[in-house]
Amino acid sequence: MRENHPQKTTEDDNRSSSIPDLARAEIAESSTSKNRTGLSEPVPGSNQTENPSPFPDQVLENVLENVLHFLSSRKDRNAASLVCRSWYRAEALTRSDLFIGNCYAVSPRRATNRFSRIKSVTVKGKPRFADFDLMPVDWGAHFTPWVSSLAQAYPWLEKLHLKRMTVTDDNLAVIADSFAGFRELLLVCCEGFGTPGLAAIAAKCRLLRVLELVESVIEVEDDEEVDWVSCFPNEGQTHLESLAFDCVECPVNFEALEGLVARSPCLKKLRLNRSVSMAQLHRLMLRAPQLTHLGTGSFSANENVDQEPDYASAFAACRSLVCLSGFREIWPDYLPAIYPVCANLTSLNFSYADVNAEQLKSVICHCHNLQILWVLDSVCDDGLQAVAATCKDLRELRVFPVDAREETEGPVSEVGLVAISQGCRKLESILFFCQTMTNAAVIAMSKNCPDLVVFRLCIIGVYRPDAVTQEPMDEGFGAIVMNCKKLTRLAVSGLLTDRAFEYIGRYGKLIRTLSVAFAGDTDLGLKYVLEGCPNLKKLEIRDSPFGDGALLSGLHHYYNMRFLWMSSCKLTRQACQEVARALPGLVLEVINNNEDAVNDIEILYMYRSLDGPRDDAPENVTIMQ
Amino acid sequence: MEVVGMKKENMRFEETELRLGIGLPRNGSATEELVVRKRGFSETETQDHTMDLMLNLSTNKEPTSEVDPIDNTKILQKENTLLPADPAKPPAKAQVVGWPPVRSYRKNMLAMQKSSNDVVGEENNAISFVKVSMDGAPYLRKVDLKIYNSYSQLSDSLGKMFSSFTIGNCESQGMKDFMNESKLMDLLNNSDYVPTYEDKDGDWMVVGDVPWEMFVESCKRLRIMKGKEAIGIAPRAMEKCKNRSY
Repeated sequence: MRENHPQKTTEDDNRSSSIPDLARAEIAESSTSKNRTGLSEPVPGSNQTENPSPFPDQVLENVLENVLHFLSSRKDRNAASLVCRSWYRAEALTRSDLFIGNCYAVSPRRATNRFSRIKSVTVKGKPRFADFDLMPVDWGAHFTPWVSSLAQAYPWLEKLHLKRMTVTDDNLAVIADSFAGFRELLLVCCEGFGTPGLAAIAAKCRLLRVLELVESVIEVEDDEEVDWVSCFPNEGQTHLESLAFDCVECPVNFEALEGLVARSPCLKKLRLNRSVSMAQLHRLMLRAPQLTHLGTGSFSANENVDQEPDYASAFAACRSLVCLSGFREIWPDYLPAIYPVCANLTSLNFSYADVNAEQLKSVICHCHNLQILWVLDSVCDDGLQAVAATCKDLRELRVFPVDAREETEGPVSEVGLVAISQGCRKLESILFFCQTMTNAAVIAMSKNCPDLVVFRLCIIGVYRPDAVTQEPMDEGFGAIVMNCKKLTRLAVSGLLTDRAFEYIGRYGKLIRTLSVAFAGDTDLGLKYVLEGCPNLKKLEIRDSPFGDGALLSGLHHYYNMRFLWMSSCKLTRQACQEVARALPGLVLEVINNNEDAVNDIEILYMYRSLDGPRDDAPENVTIMQ
Repeated sequence: MEVVGMKKENMRFEETELRLGIGLPRNGSATEELVVRKRGFSETETQDHTMDLMLNLSTNKEPTSEVDPIDNTKILQKENTLLPADPAKPPAKAQVVGWPPVRSYRKNMLAMQKSSNDVVGEENNAISFVKVSMDGAPYLRKVDLKIYNSYSQLSDSLGKMFSSFTIGNCESQGMKDFMNESKLMDLLNNSDYVPTYEDKDGDWMVVGDVPWEMFVESCKRLRIMKGKEAIGIAPRAMEKCKNRSY
């Protein structure tokens, strides 16, 4: 029962509140009702004028708040907020983590109006396909409007997590200035800022515990490069627990870094960039043997040192080390240094390390406790077989391509996939790039690894069929959705007909995220998915022959989705117009990079929004009305 | 995004498929058989390289990516994907934007690494990596000299590589001057930095005193040293020039 009727309990009818103004204010604030689709719309003839509701029971609300305080899952909280207005209010007062999955789905003002006691904010911006240069550079996802609203509404904000947002140095300066108790900044796949912004954070956020820059592009203009590491307070101990700057391309002041590490007794996670050499890494490790997560920087030497320090014993001294990454310019000769810690490792990221099978084997044979492994396909099927033989507890595997071009064959193949499936039965998440694959291998994995939650197979060869049978890859992916009953995320590739989508629609009932490229035959394919997958939240499709009919078949579902992306498909403006008219709560952005395309839609990016179309769209973005 | 046009519209897959090999009978359970399917023009295959139809510009094929004919487990069809029926359409192997879905961040990182990767121990004619160090810089770089055609290209690249450090007067123009043989002696006394290299004989020479091809053949490592230290090298370099027979 999703309709929000103001549920008045009998107690409400009989008692009067001692805080009438508060009650009226709360009623005014929540004079919206949520309809079935989860959107808030103003209720015609709201209670204020016609029907003054009785004052809510303040004691009951206090009790409710105390109870709801313990709810941490946002799904639970969202559900609780729909029970009635009283619960809505109480939930709004007790929510401390604000999660905005799409920065354009709701305005900053609306969010800060509803929730007044937020300590932590997560905002996500661009859709994932923006990572692959499919979107214009200036598309949007600006953090600026958010930072000003947040600065005003939440002076006690402690944590900020941003993903795929455009963040400027100015934004970072505002953060540094506005939040006295600021503790944690996490920027993932963000861009638009540089070292001056980092310097502001380092200098002013005295209580900073976490500063993590992950796969973000830090712009470096020669004139403006700032020694941000030196900007941390020079005296006294810091509160730093995690410092990750492996994506920062410019070199850091090593002396300042060493001093900083020495003054940070709580430091557990340190991820260095590739300007840090092996010898420098050694010095840092001696200062911080308490580290649990280490990004090793370049893992290579810069100068010929007369006497190489004993790297292995530095690693051995870090008894708590469970996660290793970095290896940005790895000299394989140094690999033995990490042998002492391998047995304790639960996470190893070699995805920037061009190591071959033998080199991987020398490491992996010690890694009995490994749960997460990221590698390049340079390790070959041979290396994957070694992983399968040792890492019985593996939960997550990612195999990235060294060479991202299409080839007839590649270093990893169905052989490696089958080996992994046989050895790593507890696998939950896999991302696997390869040149060719077979249905048999994928079917084997579907049977051997029933716990799979994430299955992302990227056959780099476009439209590539089963390497052995020449059949489409339908049966393989069909087996995955059929046998992996916990699957929530799926990415498909290779030669696929509508049949594959029929399988997905029939069996993929829990799927929330689906990525499709160069697949399908007709509109039916997309229809199967839109009609069959009730939990679908994020759908990204490129270069597939799905057209207007398919688009219109999803009208019943689009309000339940975070977004739909369709690029280089067969959509026309008319269909998009139709959708826009049928579902006014959606924003349909048509992005044409090519000016010649008049009726064809290059990119459709569609999402629900409570606050209508945005006003910061660049020229090549048209918003359908 | 022309690739959609390539896709067979309503035709069955088999009708338009280009087969380049012998039409061997297919069993459903052929996975375990050793069936190495050779392409029609198998005579173009050599032990080390498979020449494929793609415009593969890579000169250093990973040895591990070769198919070992003895390897029973690797039964890969050496076949291209569908080529477009219409020859006027761009070839299937043209780089499609954003494909495969590897983050451009990651692609850039790997590309940068590749250009500075030291392939130690492999005397491969296609690769000629040398270490480049600069006095005062915290880390080394490695470059493949074969990708440059002239001193000026090298100096441009070195300039970019070390641009984040203040190297005094050694902007790219300054470095170009060093590469110019006639200005060499004039500038040594004035400049802050001089590019030098260690040649096959183990001697340290100033960069620019031999023709480019000779330099690439003989250079083992590069060091951008402070001008004053280089002065002692230059006269020796000049001597060597005269004595060396090319």
